[in-house]
Amino acid sequence: MAKANMTPTRNVMPTQDPLVRAHNFNEVALGYSEEVAIDEANRCLNCKTMPCVDGCPVKIHIPEFISKIKEGDFEGAYQIINKSSSLPAVCGRVCPQETQCESKCVRGIKGESVGIGRLERFVADWHNTFCTEEPVRPESNGHRVAIVGSGPSGLTCAGDLAKKGYEVTVFEALHTAGGVLVYGIPEFRLPKAIVAKEVDTLKKLGVKVETNVVIGKTLTIDELFDMGFEAVFVGSGAGLPNFMGIPGEALSGVYSANEFLTRSNLMKAYKDNPDTPIMKGGKVAVVGGGNVAMDAARTALRLGAEKVYIVYRRSMEELPARREEVEHAEEEGIDFQLLCNPVEILGYRNPEDPRDPKNGFVTGMTCVKMELGEPDEKGRRRPVVIPGSEFTLDVDTMVMSIGTSPNPLIKSTTQGLEVNRWGGIVVNEDGLTSRDAVYAGGDAVTGAATVISAMGAGKTAAKAIDEALSK
Amino acid sequence: MYKILEKKVLNPTVVQLQIEAPFVASKARPGQFIILRVDEDGERIPLTVAGVNKQTGAVKIIFQIVGSTTEKLSHKNEGDYIQDFVGPLGVATHLDGLKKVCIVGGGVGCAIAMPIAEALHEMGAEVTSIIGFRNKDLLILEDEFKACSDTLRVMTDDGSYGEHGNVTVPLKEMLDKGEKFDMIITIGPLIMMKFVVATAKPFGVPCTVSMNPIMIDGTGMCGGCRLTLNVDGKKVTKFACVDGPDFNGYEVDFDEAMSRGRMYFGYERHKHEETCNLFKKEVQ
Repeated sequence: MAKANMTPTRNVMPTQDPLVRAHNFNEVALGYSEEVAIDEANRCLNCKTMPCVDGCPVKIHIPEFISKIKEGDFEGAYQIINKSSSLPAVCGRVCPQETQCESKCVRGIKGESVGIGRLERFVADWHNTFCTEEPVRPESNGHRVAIVGSGPSGLTCAGDLAKKGYEVTVFEALHTAGGVLVYGIPEFRLPKAIVAKEVDTLKKLGVKVETNVVIGKTLTIDELFDMGFEAVFVGSGAGLPNFMGIPGEALSGVYSANEFLTRSNLMKAYKDNPDTPIMKGGKVAVVGGGNVAMDAARTALRLGAEKVYIVYRRSMEELPARREEVEHAEEEGIDFQLLCNPVEILGYRNPEDPRDPKNGFVTGMTCVKMELGEPDEKGRRRPVVIPGSEFTLDVDTMVMSIGTSPNPLIKSTTQGLEVNRWGGIVVNEDGLTSRDAVYAGGDAVTGAATVISAMGAGKTAAKAIDEALSK
Repeated sequence: MYKILEKKVLNPTVVQLQIEAPFVASKARPGQFIILRVDEDGERIPLTVAGVNKQTGAVKIIFQIVGSTTEKLSHKNEGDYIQDFVGPLGVATHLDGLKKVCIVGGGVGCAIAMPIAEALHEMGAEVTSIIGFRNKDLLILEDEFKACSDTLRVMTDDGSYGEHGNVTVPLKEMLDKGEKFDMIITIGPLIMMKFVVATAKPFGVPCTVSMNPIMIDGTGMCGGCRLTLNVDGKKVTKFACVDGPDFNGYEVDFDEAMSRGRMYFGYERHKHEETCNLFKKEVQ
């Protein structure tokens, strides 16, 4: 075996030039080559204690797959990841590895941690490009399980159960499977062909995917049991977008991040002359500092905006988005208005002519400057308004990206399903809800969180469902 | 894919389709809606269910050609398929306990009002229907309303059929005469519903309106269909897809809803004015 590569820094991820990519929807990060992947893999010390595995919500055997890369056995590496994760090509792209596996990496103490996420992505892409072997459908064990929602938690739960021989049907409300992976995360960060490929792999394992079925409306959870399903996993995702409650939020040109991204991603409004319209160009302000806000801002830029602002009420240090996303956004020219909070959205109104087509559209936004005060109960320093600091930001589109509240559809049609005071479904450590044989996980339980934590929840529930049904 | 079982052209701009969707047919109740896409890459549009046949699994929709998607849909024929059809969505109209109701429908809104009138009639309630159209050519569903209404008033804006005037005229006349309705249910253009509510207000009759804002997912995810209610002097944001489409007419901010409804008007017109003269006319 090659000697460990003791370079303190990791191999750089090649990316599209920022000035070029700001005008296209192609993927930003281009991925490692085989040589670079092996070089990066050789930075792994193969620690006996495997701290990185502890940091992974789905417990991928990280040193083991990296060892296979060192040997040049990329398919072998894929098979190891595949034992723990149903969506490696997705996770390699969107997981916040820097706060999970990579944050525990020993190499990170005196330099940069091993690029685990980049290696995972490399392995998954290699498999998807070169492996022609079809996944083998396991023999059915006769048990039927229904999955509500085809986002990361649902797909993971479905995949794990299908591999064990369960007959799994996934019900999706929208017209395409993938949940947030298709309506939320943009093409330039996660190409939709990759999601489609992962869904296809599950179908080959025998998973049935029924689109256009809204559980809670088209069918209820009780009806699923009547249809012969023995367990149900609810991974219906986060729900309705939050707004700030400031004047002007109903003006034309004010979007929630969910709406803005859904129009662009799921409905393909980024294409030329699309059926689904979206406001393109002009000056855009995105309010919020999470990954979704970064996605919305960078989407607006690619749709042709001349200026895009991120408006966030705390400082860069508290900004919750992944560093990499923030860096990419800055490189592309997104203007970060930090310690800044909108208090009113201004609209056009022509008192002379009520039929003026510009009436009701956004013309700007009044903001106040903030400073950081005492830490709150979570330890984050509370932003406080600086008196007399009002100023106007000249914008014509606004995207509110300040979180979501749980969707009421399932709770309102499922008797005995307990929810907490925020509307999130209450579960025990196995993902079991207050209803017999009904499990839940992902954003429907936790509120907005990451793809990988949702996958972890799907995995936990799959294990519990298997234990309950194989008794 | 969802099969078109039957097609009927009701007037030059309004088409009725029966779509095969057994799950939706078995569940849908008056006031609920569906979302459809005509083809791959098509737009998602909400349409209120105009009736169901549980035996055949057919769901009836009636729509006016107002833009590119409805135009495309109008070119589909019996035996053709549409890409997506999902529902039933939204909360059904609350009809329990109603004994004497006035239904006020305008234009293609009458298609949504009709199943509500039918349901009330079957419940044994006394149904007064007022239906209004721009002119005689745009009249739809007169016979259907006749069959389920104790009193029917047909209005046209230009007097080319029925009585001359808009729907608020007979409504005010009846209320003035002392008619006591448990509820007025009104469905049609926003401006019409706004004036129906204004007409009913001095008489204190409860008034339900059916809102039909721009939607995308229709399942409580995107927030595009939000509208503002004034509840006891407080502004409350509601979502038509999961909280509606029916709301208390006295609480709805109609001016805001009308303004939001015009958001993509320029886009639609620009995109299609060369292909179809219909879009130059105003939507009724």
